[in-house]
Formats: sequence, structure tokens, C-alpha cells
Amino acid sequence: MKIIIRSQSELPIYAQIMEQIRSQILKGEITEGTVLPSIRKLAKETGVSVITTTRAYSELEAAGFITSVPGKGSIVLPQDNALLREQYLKQIEEYLTEAIRTAELIKLDRSELSDMLEALWESKED
Amino acid sequence: MELLEVKGLTKRYKDFLLDDISFSIPPGFIMGYIGKNGAGKTTTLSAITHLIKADAGEICLEGMTFRKDPVTYREKIGYVGDASYFPADLTRNDIRIILRNFYRSFDEKKFDDYMEKWELPKNLKIKKYSRGMKVKLMFASALSRDTRILILDEATNGLDPMVRREILELLQEYIEDGKRSVLFSTHILEDLQNIADYIYFIDSGKKVLFDTKDELLETYLLVKGGTEELTPVIEKNLTGIVKNGYGFEALYDTGKGDFLPTGFSVEKPTIDEIMVHMLQ
Repeated sequence: MKIIIRSQSELPIYAQIMEQIRSQILKGEITEGTVLPSIRKLAKETGVSVITTTRAYSELEAAGFITSVPGKGSIVLPQDNALLREQYLKQIEEYLTEAIRTAELIKLDRSELSDMLEALWESKED
Repeated sequence: MELLEVKGLTKRYKDFLLDDISFSIPPGFIMGYIGKNGAGKTTTLSAITHLIKADAGEICLEGMTFRKDPVTYREKIGYVGDASYFPADLTRNDIRIILRNFYRSFDEKKFDDYMEKWELPKNLKIKKYSRGMKVKLMFASALSRDTRILILDEATNGLDPMVRREILELLQEYIEDGKRSVLFSTHILEDLQNIADYIYFIDSGKKVLFDTKDELLETYLLVKGGTEELTPVIEKNLTGIVKNGYGFEALYDTGKGDFLPTGFSVEKPTIDEIMVHMLQ
């Protein structure tokens, strides 16, 4: 598990922790059944407050990524990949719709917009 | 049960009143006690450590008052202050002997380990110690006992960034098992920005606010803009407006709703900035 806290980030620290753990679970870098470090250990290691890490874990729990088992700790739950894919597709659709609306504002036509998407896709870092 | 509970603490001096201070810290958390110089921070901490006697109020440590059992009460507290409280002519070994005789739970091995780790010179008198060395000796003394609360009164003042960071790590280690807490007074708010769970903010002997640090940092935004855009409605709703020749800066309480037009610069404040604007 890797967690980087950025003090200049727009996101509150609990959200940064939550996002990073979530993304590592989704990418399969943290696998189902993994026991996460305790709230207090994580606070100590990352140098943030216990209240902050508690919030990160409870949001992960509410979102169905982990569950806390008394005496064992916080455990990563299996992810329903089909459902997640569905959610992400919906999100992509929203962003693209937003892009189309913005393009219309400055009268950018369809082919120019898709050229832009192509170019961005080409230049993205892996 | 709360680890430390302060209820209605009041202390009157000729020209200062510590006025009805109440707060509590659950076990396993760090509270920052902040305010400018002379706000009443040391008076509060001295009442908790029982260096001074309060005029009114009650202080309970793990449910126990000083009056009930002074020896046990003192055993539960580790204290590190701004200035060294050791006799200046003693060496670290003299301190070791004093602590051994004074505290039931003093762990000599632990003390020696800290001496080793921090390389405090064996035969040097404390008056020859640097500020950093004195602070380390105080921390070693406090951490070598089985205490329940660490009370720090401006303990990180005048330390270099390396030592300060090391101390912050020690504090987090101290509370890691969830049974012990830290009460940390400082005006170097940078030290609290990350590790503090709660913030108690005091000014002129009175409470300004008491909340979790996360809540505090999420409630307020720092707004900057041109002075001409500052309409009476906006001005009324902002906190601690500071104007200069080219613009203004103020706190915006997000709980007051969305009254800000676009065009202002909005960013997350530090605890420092919150304190400065609240005292405007």
C-alpha cells in the first residue's frame, strides 16, 4: 500500500487517503482479504491525526470497499467489477456530455472535438 | 471515560482572568491548545499539572482529581515546558537518580535508551546543554514513566525542524495504543496542522472555539479579492477582514451559505490563518 499526503492539495487529507486506497483496490494492487493497517498505525506512519484516518476508513467502509472485523481490523472486500464498470461508464458519459456542451459554447465542431480527444489520448502518460 | 476532563476552570490574577474553561480529551487523541502569548495557555496547563491552584472548577484525570490522590495524579502526567525545569548544575545521571526516587513507574532502561539514542553527553552539566538537548532530556524524563497524558507547554519553541519532526513522531507513537493522550500548547501552529485531533482556541482567558481540527479546516475558507468588490452584504458575512492597498483577505464560514459572487480567490486556510483572522 502506498499513501502520499499532499498538504497543498484541494482535497482534505481524509479524502486523499480514501482516494488512494480506493484506487489501489480498484486496480487490484490491494487484493481482496488484505488486512489494512490499523487506523492508529496509519495515522502515525503518515503523520496525520487519528480523527482523519478514522474518517478515511469509515468512508471506505460506507462505500463498500472495506469492512471492519472486531479483533482483526479493516479487511478489503471483494469488488463487484461489473457494477463498478457500469458506474465508471456513467461517469465517463457525464464528463463527455459536459465536454460537448462546452464545445458548443465556442462553436467547436464535432470533428475538432474528436481530434482533441484523439490528441489527448495520444499524449497521455502511462 | 474521558482521559482528561476540565470543567469550569477559573483563575483570577490581578490583571488577568482565566474564565470558565471547559474541555475534555478522550484517550488516544492529541489536542492543540492555541492562542497568542498571554492568552491563558500556561495558566490552564499549570492548573492541570497542579503547579497553581485554581479558584474554581474541576479537573479529572481518568476520572480522578488531584485532591483525591495527589501521588497517583502526578504519576499520570508527563510534562515538558518551554524552559528547562532541571537544576542547572546537575548532569543527566543526577536527573536519573532523582526520577528513580521520585516516581514509582520510572523505567531506567527506557531512560538510558533515550540517552543513547539522542546522544546526550554523560558528564555535561545541564546549564551547558543546547535548547534541543534540554528538550530531549525533558522528553526522556516524561516518556520513561508510565504516564497517561503528556502536557507540552510551548515545548517545540526554538527547536530546529529535525528535532521538531522527531518530537511530533514521538507524540504519535505515544498515543498509538489508544490509551494515552497529548495536550499540546503552542503558537507554532504548523506543528499541529497535521497531527492534532482537536483544537481549543483561547484568547484573553476565554474560549474562542473548540472543535476537531478537521471540522475547523473544512468549515472555513480563506477569501481574497479586490476591496472595491467588497459590498456591505459580503463584508457583514466575512470574518476578520484585513484590507491592504490592493485588496482584502478574510475568512469565509461555509456554514453561512453561498453569498460569495465568483471572482474572489478562495483557498484552504492553515490553522495559523484561521487564528489570525479570528483575532481581528
